[in-house]
Amino acid sequence: MLELFKYGFMVRGFEAGLIIAIIAPLIGIFLVLRRYSLIADTLAHVSLAGVAIGLLLKINPLITAIITSVISSIGIEKLRISKKIFGESALSIFLSGSLALAIILISFAHGFGVSLFSYLFGSITTVKQVDVYIIGVLGVLVIATVIGFYKELLYVTVDEEAARVSGIPTKFINLLLIILSAFTVALAIPIVGALLIAALIVIPVVTALQLKTSFKKTILAAELISVFSVIVGIISSFYLNLPTGGTIVFISIAIFVLVMIYKR
Amino acid sequence: MQQIIHAPTIIELDKICFSYDTEEVVKDVSLKINKGDYVGIVGPNGGGKTTLLKLMLGLLQPKSGFIKLFDTELKSFKDWSRVGYISQRNYIETNFPVTVEEIVAMGRYGKLGLFHFPTKEDEEKSLQALSQVEMLGYKDRQINDLSGGQKQRVFIARALASEPEVILLDEPTVGVDIKTQKQFYLLLRKLNKELRLTLILVTHELDVVMREANKLGYINRTLEYYGDPREYCKENHHHHDHVGKRGGHHQC
Repeated sequence: MLELFKYGFMVRGFEAGLIIAIIAPLIGIFLVLRRYSLIADTLAHVSLAGVAIGLLLKINPLITAIITSVISSIGIEKLRISKKIFGESALSIFLSGSLALAIILISFAHGFGVSLFSYLFGSITTVKQVDVYIIGVLGVLVIATVIGFYKELLYVTVDEEAARVSGIPTKFINLLLIILSAFTVALAIPIVGALLIAALIVIPVVTALQLKTSFKKTILAAELISVFSVIVGIISSFYLNLPTGGTIVFISIAIFVLVMIYKR
Repeated sequence: MQQIIHAPTIIELDKICFSYDTEEVVKDVSLKINKGDYVGIVGPNGGGKTTLLKLMLGLLQPKSGFIKLFDTELKSFKDWSRVGYISQRNYIETNFPVTVEEIVAMGRYGKLGLFHFPTKEDEEKSLQALSQVEMLGYKDRQINDLSGGQKQRVFIARALASEPEVILLDEPTVGVDIKTQKQFYLLLRKLNKELRLTLILVTHELDVVMREANKLGYINRTLEYYGDPREYCKENHHHHDHVGKRGGHHQC
């Protein structure tokens, strides 16, 4: 099995994949419990527009995806607080709007069809060394922020009103969560792709929820499921010559189904 | 129930008005709540009971008038650990992965502040709060394994964990059976008497306020009555049928 690591792209894929596997459920648990799952999907489409911008301007698409995703996330949160339109409608506007933008940008440059495909569905071969550094640094930043604000994130998720009364800056925490989501989604795009990232954020968490245990143990279980799915997904996609993103998501769904059957 | 000495004021409202869009919900409400008071706020649905509570908590901003908590203007009040709150919508969604102990620990979070992690002392305070409401044995259970009444006790424990001086409760016994309700109000009575905890209870059950509270506020947009519950009863028993139906020692 060690022959896997003779290939530079496999090593890079593993490094980046593991970091994504750790941060996805860490953010996912707060998004799922607050019924914000659709935000992950929306930010993924926004990131895709960012990727298209990067490809067009010949800048590293990961960087443009991160910038686009973070800026949009702040816009989404502002729109949500303003209550001028329903939260989900706000998301729909961003989701379809950014997809429209992506398609228009793609039509400007016919050259990058293949490359865009790998950003849609993920491919470890697209992960460059510089991407690993970006994913590593920002990934660690996301983890550190979640740990630093763990108690505030938890309280706001369980009972926003009580959290506010107890003096927790809930508006700031809400904004922080959506910005963290934006980073996570954008960072995950090279590995699992824009269309599949929401699955990695949601499925391990939903699976862990079936265990009906404490919050900390639920996070731990989701982490194990996510890391397992990513490792096994990358290895099997290599040997069976399957697309990485799809394989990872398929494995996590298989675990979900097994847990559901076992828990019945 | 005469106040022997001048008790410190916990909450003071002065000519508070509030409206949702154009509809005035609370008009010209002034009242003082002193330390050790057990205030029951009653009134018709839509009369502004919950709104009044949310105004006191700073969850809603008054259109005019001012509010003071512990002699500090609400806008500049920071010491929120002195205030406990049990909200109306106090259910946690099914499947929410959180244990009783984790819920109660949250009571300490506001006090701790950003970037401070709970210490051994915080843990002890949480456990102490749980034993005050006689729920210590349930600390490792998931919150949704508990009955409605047990959950309510856990939320009281969460409020107690921050060692507050006043607790505001919004319809805390909705959907709880009579027996559990009785135990719940016994617990509140104990907290009021033994810890001298100030309680502000919003409820639609006038008989509970008559039995438990030492002050009654009747709000129907304006504060139509504020004072001794028995006096209220004398003045109004012909307006409120259900008051007359209560038997025994609380005869109006």
